[in-house]
Amino acid sequence: MNRSDPQTGRTDDNDVAAAADGSGDGDAHGSGGIRNPRDGEVLTRLIERNQSRLGVGRAGPRPTTEELLRFRGDHGRARDAVLTTVDETLVTQLGLVTVRTLVTEKDEYLARPDLGREISEEAADSLRKRCRIGPQVQVIASDGLSSTAIETNLPDLLPSLMDGLAGHGLDVGTPVFVEFGRVDVMDAIGEDLEAECCVILIGERPGLGSADSLSAYMVYGPERGAPTAKKSVISNIHRNGLPPVEAGATIADRIAEMCEKRASGLELSEEDRTFQK
Amino acid sequence: MSTHATDTGTADGFDSMRELLAKANEEKTGDQLAGVAADSEAERVAAKRALSRTTLEQLRENPVVPYDDDEVTRVIQDAVREPVYERIREWTVADLREFLVDERTTEREIRSIRPGLTSEMIAAVTKVMSNMDLILATSSMEVTARCNGTVGGAGTLAFRLQPNDPADDIEHILDATREGLAYGVGDAVIGINPVEDGVGTVTAILEATHEFIEEWEIPTQNCCLAHVTTQMEAIRAGAPADLVFQSLAGTEAGNDEFGVDVELLDAAHDLAQRRCTSTGPNVMYFETGQGAELSGDAHEGVDQLTLEARCYGLAKRYDPFLVNTVVGFIGPEYLYDGRQVIRAGLEDVFMGQLHGISMGIDACYTNHIQADQNDIENLAVLLAAAGANFFITVPMGDDVMLNYQSNSYHDAAALRQLFDREPAPEFAEWLEGMGIWRDGRLTERAGDPKIFT
Repeated sequence: MNRSDPQTGRTDDNDVAAAADGSGDGDAHGSGGIRNPRDGEVLTRLIERNQSRLGVGRAGPRPTTEELLRFRGDHGRARDAVLTTVDETLVTQLGLVTVRTLVTEKDEYLARPDLGREISEEAADSLRKRCRIGPQVQVIASDGLSSTAIETNLPDLLPSLMDGLAGHGLDVGTPVFVEFGRVDVMDAIGEDLEAECCVILIGERPGLGSADSLSAYMVYGPERGAPTAKKSVISNIHRNGLPPVEAGATIADRIAEMCEKRASGLELSEEDRTFQK
Repeated sequence: MSTHATDTGTADGFDSMRELLAKANEEKTGDQLAGVAADSEAERVAAKRALSRTTLEQLRENPVVPYDDDEVTRVIQDAVREPVYERIREWTVADLREFLVDERTTEREIRSIRPGLTSEMIAAVTKVMSNMDLILATSSMEVTARCNGTVGGAGTLAFRLQPNDPADDIEHILDATREGLAYGVGDAVIGINPVEDGVGTVTAILEATHEFIEEWEIPTQNCCLAHVTTQMEAIRAGAPADLVFQSLAGTEAGNDEFGVDVELLDAAHDLAQRRCTSTGPNVMYFETGQGAELSGDAHEGVDQLTLEARCYGLAKRYDPFLVNTVVGFIGPEYLYDGRQVIRAGLEDVFMGQLHGISMGIDACYTNHIQADQNDIENLAVLLAAAGANFFITVPMGDDVMLNYQSNSYHDAAALRQLFDREPAPEFAEWLEGMGIWRDGRLTERAGDPKIFT
C-alpha cells in the first residue's frame, strides 16, 4: 500500500530519503523522497551504499527542489574549479618559478589543448635563466582543469614529494609552476631544461563528486612528442582518494624506480596499461 | 567510378570535395583544431552555396578518403544500390534538402531513395540545413528496430538505462537499475559501461542483469559496453548478452585506434546473431561521436561531421538495434559549448535516421565544456520533437563512473509527458502491469526503487 500524494510521492510520514542524508529535518516540503516507513531500511541502505543519486524521489516528473539544487551546487563547484586560476600568493609561498604556455586566456586553454603543451622561445629562455639546467628530476605543477586541485593539494603534496626525492638521493631542479598547462607541457619544459626525468602535478577534470582531484604524470627522458605510452601516472590524489602527503612519497618512489631502470610508462610497468585506454 | 578525392569541378575556388565539405560546416572547435574549418563566415557561406549546387554524383565520385585506402569508404560505396543511385545522381544537394523538408514527401519516398545515398551525400545535405530543417526532416522519418522489444515506432520514445558504478559493484548496478525502471526507463537497453574491460567483469554484469530481467520478466535487453573482443570472449564462454556493442569511427585508421576493423565487426555480428540471448533480429549496438577520429589522429584531413556520417554508413552494414552519438562527451576542443553541442546533436540524429539506422543520443557534457544541464535539457526537447528513437539516462543526470552528466530518469518521464509519447509497446504493457505507468503518465507509485525488492 502506498499512501503518498499522487503528484509528489509525498505522505505525512517521515521522509526516509531525506532522513538518510540528514537533510530532512522537520521540513515537510523539503526533499520529497519516497516515503513508506514499512521498508525505510531498504531505501536507506540503497541510498547509503551508492555513489549514484538514488532514492531521490520526484515532484511530478521532475526532481525535488532540494535534489535539483544539490546537483546544481555540485556542478557549480566543478565549474568554478575549471574556470578560476590558482592564487599567485600560493605559488610564491611554495617558491615556484612561474611560466605560461602559449595560451593567453581560459577560453583558449579549453579550446586549444595543443597550445597548452608548448612554451614560447622567450619563456624557455626565461626558464633557463631562473632554473637549474640538467637536473635528474624536474618538478612541475599546473592548474590544468582544476585550480581547486592545486590549491587544495599542493601545499601538502609538494613538500612531501621534495622530501621523498631527497630521501632517494635524487638531484632535484628548481620547481616550476605552469599557467594554462596540459600534461605534455612537461615534455617541452623537461627538454628545454635538459632534465633526466620530469613529473607534472596537474588538476584533473572535475567530477560532480570531487572538484579537487589531482594527478601526477611522469616521463623518463622528456622530449617533445613523447608518446602517451611513455608516460606513467598516479591519479586520484585528493583528501578522499590518495591523500596528498601519502601521494608525495608514492610519486617519489616511482620516480626513483624510473631513474634506476631508465624507463617510464609501459616500458616500466604493466600497471600503466589502464592509463593507455 | 572514380576512387580518389579529386577536384570537385566546381568553379568556386575550393580545391577538393574534402575542403568544400569541411568549410561548409557550422562552426566547431574540432574543425578549427584540425585546421580544416572556414576562415570566416563569408567563406563558410560561400562553401555552403557551392555545396548546395554540387550533385550527388560528384559526391559519390569523390569520397573524402580514397576507396583503395580505406575500408569504411569501401563499405559505404559497395552498399549503394546502383539503380536507385541512377535515379537520383543528378540531384543537387539543394534538391535533396528541399525533397526532405517538403510536406508532400512521404516516409515511403524517403525510404525508397535511401539505398542510393552515400554518407558523404548525407553529410553534405546536413551542412546546408538549419536546425529546424534538421528537426523537421528527422520527424518525417520512422526507423524501427526489434530485439526483445521494439524501438522507433510512431508515438513512442525509448530510453537507455545506464546504471554505471565506479567499482563495477553488481548490487550498485542493480540498485540504479531499480531506480530507473521505477521511472519507466530501460526500454531501449539496460546498458552498463564497465570500469574494468575484462571477461570476468563483463560476464558478471551480463549474468546479473540477465537474471534481474528474467526475474521481473522485463521486455528489454541487456548489454555490457566493453571492447567487442571482450564481449565476444564472454559470449563464447556462455555469458548471456542480448546485444553486442562497439564504438565506431569514420575512417579505417580511426577504427584501428579503437582496435576494430570490418572483419572483426563482421565476426561480432555473426556471433551475435547466433549466440545472443535475445530474439533479434537486430542485435548490435554502436556508439559514435563527432571528433573521435581527430582525437585519435585518424581524421585524414576530413571534417568531423562528414566522418560522423561515415560511422553511420559503417553501422548500417550490421542492421543495428541502437546507434547513439555521445555528443558533448569529448571536450571543448571538439564541441566548444552548448550551442555547438546542440547543433551536433541535431545533425547526428538526422544523419543516422537518413541512413536508416535506429538512432538515439547521449545528450551530455563534461565539466570543462561551456555547457550545463539546461543545454542538454534543451537538446532533449528538440530531439524528442524531432523523433529520436532513444536517449541515454542516468540517475539525476550524474554518471558517477564516467564523470559526466547526461539526461536524467526524470527527464524521460517529462519528455514522454510533454510529447505524449509511450514507452516501447512491450515495455509499456509491462510497466502498466507493474503499476508504474498508466494513461501516458507515471503513476503515484512510480519513482520508488523499492518496487523491485
